[in-house]
Amino acid sequence: MNRSWWKILCVVLLIFTVIAGLLGPVPALRQLQETIRNLYFHVCMWFAMMILFTISVVHSIKYLRSLDLNRDIRAHQYASTGVFMGLLGYATGAIWASYTWADPNNPAYASFGSIVREPKLIGAAMALLIYAAYFVLRSSITDIDKKARVSAVYNIFAYAMLFPSIWIIPRLLPSLHPGQEGNPALNFNDIDARMRMVFYPAVLGWTLLGVWITTLKIRLSLLKEKKWLNA
Amino acid sequence: MRNKSFYLFSVLVALMLSLQGFAQSTEPAEMANTMRSNGKIYVVIAVILTILGGLIIYLVRLDRKISQLEKSDQ
Repeated sequence: MNRSWWKILCVVLLIFTVIAGLLGPVPALRQLQETIRNLYFHVCMWFAMMILFTISVVHSIKYLRSLDLNRDIRAHQYASTGVFMGLLGYATGAIWASYTWADPNNPAYASFGSIVREPKLIGAAMALLIYAAYFVLRSSITDIDKKARVSAVYNIFAYAMLFPSIWIIPRLLPSLHPGQEGNPALNFNDIDARMRMVFYPAVLGWTLLGVWITTLKIRLSLLKEKKWLNA
Repeated sequence: MRNKSFYLFSVLVALMLSLQGFAQSTEPAEMANTMRSNGKIYVVIAVILTILGGLIIYLVRLDRKISQLEKSDQ
């Protein structure tokens, strides 16, 4: 029970996020209106994804230094939960954008055209596809050690590609997505002080949820591997 | 046995909640109780918390099952 305190913290933070996120005070913005509350959910998915990918690449580097297969399993599972969080972030962003960016005066296809040309969306899709290739690469190599080594190297490349695709290129191009001039949601000028009190616990809560899911997957794959070795 | 009673309990709770909903719908619309105030935002919170609670119960049960597997494996 003592070792699972962070799981309880995760549950408490998520319940707080939902209640305070829906009831708490938010600035009245003309375009976003109440949808600014999505900050506690949509943005947190991307934060959680980034943190999980960082943990994954750390495990990959540790694998390359030690050649310990447990590290490879951890890197793989953290990356897969990270991709899952990223897909959720993408899906929630698609819903959010279609009600705040789409121009009701234009036909739907015209709005769609301008939304799919968003550099942030293309960048995020690129990053997720690069990670998708990581799983394709893993499953295409049957030799366990070779698979672990090649995919660890590729994971470092995929992590490095996150920076141009989701951090640098979208900043250089005009975009409807907020946070053009700095770090979205971290910039002290574009997030309300009252919202920050909910936003930071929300990031922590969603990240801990991702870590929790990942630890379960790691334990399961360790069990599977043990069974396979004993058989 | 524990699972069975748990499901029975959750079904009962769900039934009781829905009965409450029926009883209230016969009352006049001005009777704005907690769940009906503020544009019924509390209903949204209840729905999201139910989903979140369900997901967390699911995760906790998975966690326990894996712990049992790990114990039996050693």
